Amino acid sequence: MNLFKDIEHLIRLAAVIAIALVAFVILRAAVVPRSFGQYGHYRGAAISEIASRPVTLAGHDACEGCHTDVVDQKKLGKHVVVACEACHGAQAKHADDPSSAQPKKLDTAVVCARCHEANSAKPKNFPQVATADHSGGLACDSCHQPHRPKIETAKIEPEGKK
Amino acid sequence: MQIPVEGFMYPNEVELQWSILIVLYPFITGLVAGAFILASLERVFRVQAVKPTYRLALLTALAFLLVAPLPLQLHLGHPERSLEMYLTPHRSSAMAMFGFVYLWYLMGVLLLEIWLDYRREIVEFSQTASGWKRRIYRVLTLGSSNVSARSLRIDERLGYFITLVGIPSAFLLHGYVGFIFGSIKANPWWSSPLMPIVFVFSAMVSGISAVMLLYMLSTRLRGQQIDMRCLDTIARYLLYTFIIDFSLEMLDLLQRIYEADESFRSLDFMVHTRLWTSQVIIQILLGTVTPIVLLGVTQVLKFPDIARKRIYGLAGYLTMIGIFAMRWNVVIGGQLFSKSFLGYTTYKMAFATREGLLTAIALLILPFIILWVLVKLLPPWPESASLPSSGAAPAHGTS
Amino acid sequence: MDITRRRLLVLLPAAAVAWKYVLAGTPEASPNYQMTEHWWGMLIDIPKCIGCGSCARACAEENDVPEGYYRTWIERYHVEDWKIERPEVESPDGGKQGFPPHADDGGKNFFVPKLCNHCAESPCTQVCPVGATFVTPDGVVLVDKSYCLGCRYCVQACPYGCRFINPKTNTAEKCSLCYHRITKGLTTACCEVCPTGARQLADLKNPKDPIHEFLKTHTVQVLKPHMATGAKVFYNGMDGSVR
Repeated sequence: MNLFKDIEHLIRLAAVIAIALVAFVILRAAVVPRSFGQYGHYRGAAISEIASRPVTLAGHDACEGCHTDVVDQKKLGKHVVVACEACHGAQAKHADDPSSAQPKKLDTAVVCARCHEANSAKPKNFPQVATADHSGGLACDSCHQPHRPKIETAKIEPEGKK
Repeated sequence: MQIPVEGFMYPNEVELQWSILIVLYPFITGLVAGAFILASLERVFRVQAVKPTYRLALLTALAFLLVAPLPLQLHLGHPERSLEMYLTPHRSSAMAMFGFVYLWYLMGVLLLEIWLDYRREIVEFSQTASGWKRRIYRVLTLGSSNVSARSLRIDERLGYFITLVGIPSAFLLHGYVGFIFGSIKANPWWSSPLMPIVFVFSAMVSGISAVMLLYMLSTRLRGQQIDMRCLDTIARYLLYTFIIDFSLEMLDLLQRIYEADESFRSLDFMVHTRLWTSQVIIQILLGTVTPIVLLGVTQVLKFPDIARKRIYGLAGYLTMIGIFAMRWNVVIGGQLFSKSFLGYTTYKMAFATREGLLTAIALLILPFIILWVLVKLLPPWPESASLPSSGAAPAHGTS
Repeated sequence: MDITRRRLLVLLPAAAVAWKYVLAGTPEASPNYQMTEHWWGMLIDIPKCIGCGSCARACAEENDVPEGYYRTWIERYHVEDWKIERPEVESPDGGKQGFPPHADDGGKNFFVPKLCNHCAESPCTQVCPVGATFVTPDGVVLVDKSYCLGCRYCVQACPYGCRFINPKTNTAEKCSLCYHRITKGLTTACCEVCPTGARQLADLKNPKDPIHEFLKTHTVQVLKPHMATGAKVFYNGMDGSVR
């Protein structure tokens, strides 16, 4: 028909568009991850991927399993609420295989100061000192036992290491 | 690289997220929308005077639209994943939906309209051209060589309809970019219902100005006479659009100053210090007020042709700079202040990196290269049409 | 007190059993973790925060956070008298190394730890163009770093500034509420090491969680309530100057 000939170019265009749409649908089916949309507009598998990340901080329960002597020490003082890794850093590797990773010796001048250096923004009843006046430059563990910080009449013997 | 911070910024806010490439992007899409609106003036609103620029405006729009995704791709952390926006678009995300608006505009409006308008020439060139050009034309014909009077009339009707649809599509294209910024409630410099509208009108200003300048330049390069009636009409439309654009921006500013809400003190300080040059001097004074005055003066006083051309040219260049500055002030300005309203950071623009100044300059030059190629393939000049542009052949714009 | 062989024989298997859960690769391996049974949030008790930075350090270690970026950080506020709209705030290196000493200056000073608020109506989730960031059925906002484009739209959309782009992966990143820990019955790294209990993980769906009683008996706020994000990090004793 004459009309058909006169719109032939439009029909060809429509065909090109249709092919492109079909190609898009096929591409989509092939490329979009299977678990997409499982729980919402995201890749459902991402949840378990994120959840299966290995842990770096062991958590105080893991430390306390072995270091019961330290636990007993801490129980006697204010630092009972302080998690082991707050000072000693992440120790999951050490908890997993104690000989493979040894926790570093801590520099008390740095570690203790972070909590206890006097700062007007800290709560008034929180124990804090201006270390320069307080110890005149001495390391904190010269007088304080970090696991049981209150100074008794006699200096407590330092813990034996494993 | 240490970034100087004044006052307090949230620690993760110090480094800017969106660079000069993201300034480029609304600038480029704005030119597209504006150029298209100018073209539609002739096609739909029958403003005969601007017909000499019709095809040039369409090709300009296409050249810039093809470059528009490039700054986005270069900016992405993972450009190889960008197809995800089409495969799994998040319907609540303005950015995802914009991907489809862009695609629609490119395919369903611009390419289709250009193809329909040029089809007669394409078929002709597919038979007369030689070498690689001939192959390109043959592909463009989609295998059909029918250029009977009726088929051309059908093309003309369809083209008219597409332009009609294309006008709101052009508004949607650039208004959407405005919405991408305007819908961010976390950022008071951006969050505003006026944002899409301001973007659309400033886009029209930049697009009309760009086509006007290109028309003047290309006519001079080809040694032809500039159609002053055409130029005067374009300049008049530029002026009207500019007045609306300026009014909208001033409205936003005045409202902010008057209401002086929580963010205002911080933003006000930012404009007075870090954005003073780019916003007050370049965008407002040089880039908006001066062109409006220049164009307004030509409406009130009579100038000889030569003087008018010079004034239009100057106004056009200042406008382009001003609209670019406006995009800069929106995108960069929106990231210079802290969301705590307590501080400011600095934009350290790199030079020769993926998101640096050099890349931006290259991206601004690229559309002109593409336009040059398009002009060679599909000449838009009125005198290069093999048949008279009005009269016997059913070209667009019936009298 | 030293470890006797007998003690070791008792302790080692106990530790091994505890460790099995820590190393559990998937939530399924953890005893009965059902996403729908939980709705996670956090309680931050500002009067207890001492600005020691342990939380920020532990988080950086646990989650491999690059230098110069922060999944959590602490801000120090100084408020002069009645000028609560103009506090002076600082956060040197996010507070990771604590804060430099400040003598008493007559103003009001306190610390505010900040992190992702795991918004129930998360604006970052709303704007993500591809679905790379999302709210899990148990209320944690996560980032799928193998799907993220790095477009940074989410970073712009977060009112709290808690998101950043990781320069190593070029994807968006932020606090994940230590999802890999809480699904195994552990607490988050930051809560684990907080020495004063200023940060506490809360399971809002658990009727026995202490947060319910706490919320009833204390004055509690969320950050930027006018943004209506459904933030689930609750701040006790938060001053009006906090931004």
